[in-house]
Amino acid sequence: MRPGNTILRINGITKRFGGLVAVDNLSFEVAEHEVVGLIGPNGSGKTTMLNMISGAFKPSGGMIDLKGVTISSFSAQKIARKGIGRTFQLVRLLPTLSVLENVIAGAVFGHRRIWGAAVQHHAQKMLERVGLENMAFAPISSLTYIDQKRLELARVLAGDPEILLLDEWLAGLNPSELETGIKLIQDLRSEGRTIILVEHVMDAIRSVCDRCVVMASGQKIAEGIPSEVLSNPVVISAYLGDEDA
Amino acid sequence: MNSKGWSDLWILGLLLLSALAPLILNAYWLSVAVTMMMFIALSTSWALFSGPTHYISLATGAFYGVGGYLVGTGMSDFNLSFWLMAAISPIVATILAALIGLATLRLSGVYFVIFTLGLAEMIRNLVSWIQNNFLGSRGLYVLTDFDEADIYWMLLVITSCIYLLGWVVNRSRLGFALKIIGNDEMVARHVGINTAWSKVLLFMTTGFFAALVGAVIAPRYTYIEPNQVFSPQLSFLVVIMALLGGASRLWGPIVGVIPFTLIWEFVSAEAPNYTYLFLGIVFLLIVYVLPQGFVGRFEQLAKRLKEGGNY
Repeated sequence: MRPGNTILRINGITKRFGGLVAVDNLSFEVAEHEVVGLIGPNGSGKTTMLNMISGAFKPSGGMIDLKGVTISSFSAQKIARKGIGRTFQLVRLLPTLSVLENVIAGAVFGHRRIWGAAVQHHAQKMLERVGLENMAFAPISSLTYIDQKRLELARVLAGDPEILLLDEWLAGLNPSELETGIKLIQDLRSEGRTIILVEHVMDAIRSVCDRCVVMASGQKIAEGIPSEVLSNPVVISAYLGDEDA
Repeated sequence: MNSKGWSDLWILGLLLLSALAPLILNAYWLSVAVTMMMFIALSTSWALFSGPTHYISLATGAFYGVGGYLVGTGMSDFNLSFWLMAAISPIVATILAALIGLATLRLSGVYFVIFTLGLAEMIRNLVSWIQNNFLGSRGLYVLTDFDEADIYWMLLVITSCIYLLGWVVNRSRLGFALKIIGNDEMVARHVGINTAWSKVLLFMTTGFFAALVGAVIAPRYTYIEPNQVFSPQLSFLVVIMALLGGASRLWGPIVGVIPFTLIWEFVSAEAPNYTYLFLGIVFLLIVYVLPQGFVGRFEQLAKRLKEGGNY
């Protein structure tokens, strides 16, 4: 689907932890139906940026607007209700609940608020969506790593988010799992979902992202379509160091 | 939310049946039954909040004390009726619980435990100080026409209300939200749960019921002083009994309270110096053998039997 109007606007966002500036005056925009990759070397502030969009952290300065409404002062639960859903860098599931209940959790309190038989049915559909339909009543402890990641994604999708934040969703997968994972993100993309993903897997970035924002030391050093950005000398030196280093 | 929900209602049936107890039991056993019913009410309402969220509250004694003390001071110092004070005290405790809840929102784990314990002690000392300096240090008399059977029946009604409420909450969105909070508060916020409000609401409920129990049981003691009704030991007993039974199920605390109170009564009568030894042993038992309480063991056993049957 073609990118539409701007849905999310990041405007001069800064985050300080004591003396450390993790994100430094960062600005970019995301259009509807667009898949934007947030990339950069370790410690460049990508996850911190994602945490500010989802409301886990409050920015020290700057503004984040969702469809013209400033959300950067909102709590995480309010942002979730506005339609921003996220996965976590280290998968976070609800171990004492069943697989199905883990998905239901995403559809009761947030952007989508359903309950009773409707939510059971909806959650089952989400499990089918990510390929876990046969595991609905399995204990969480029996899931493989990719299945845990799928389950977390199903929970987020259950809330029918307008913007989906994926924090290194493909990290730690083996080659065959990776293929499944990339396919799943491509499917979401062709559904027309707006996605911001923090990712290190370059194959995934090339094949799913419309655009990339490259960060280094908290600042934006490049922005554009993946093939151009990834061959940009500034980006290469940020990842690999200078030629003469 | 599933079929499990309905089966919890059988406890309510048993409770209603136990209304016959005062007609059968002699005076000694009736007084044991009153103690038992009091702890069932306190432990079950404690578990409504602490069971799903895993926030261990040691403030039960404070709320219970508010109930008992307000009935005492209202009747003794201001000549108000028992019923009026029994109606006011849970409201006061609910407001107190809301304030404590709002103050402790950012605390978790052991900090929350210590804070609630410290707070209960502070309230006890504050009330003693007010009583001694402004209301005269004379004792508070709670003189009513109630006998043990009346108190038993009132406690039974309160317990039944707690069960019914717990059953409704467990099947509601609020109950589900609390389970998610207990699993991972970060996830809870990110799926859109107002975690602060959910926690405070349930904490207020436990405060309400603890004060109501404290108010209703006050006539049993006739003579009340702050140091006695704001008992920190009570807070610990409630936690131990609830954990012994298992706080993850609505009927969990009840299976902890019954054996515990029976043995506690026996030890207090036969070897009063060893009550704390008994308390310590039960604590160790919970930590090493019954981390999920009797409920956890039952369910483990049931699961094993079920799986065994498949072969």
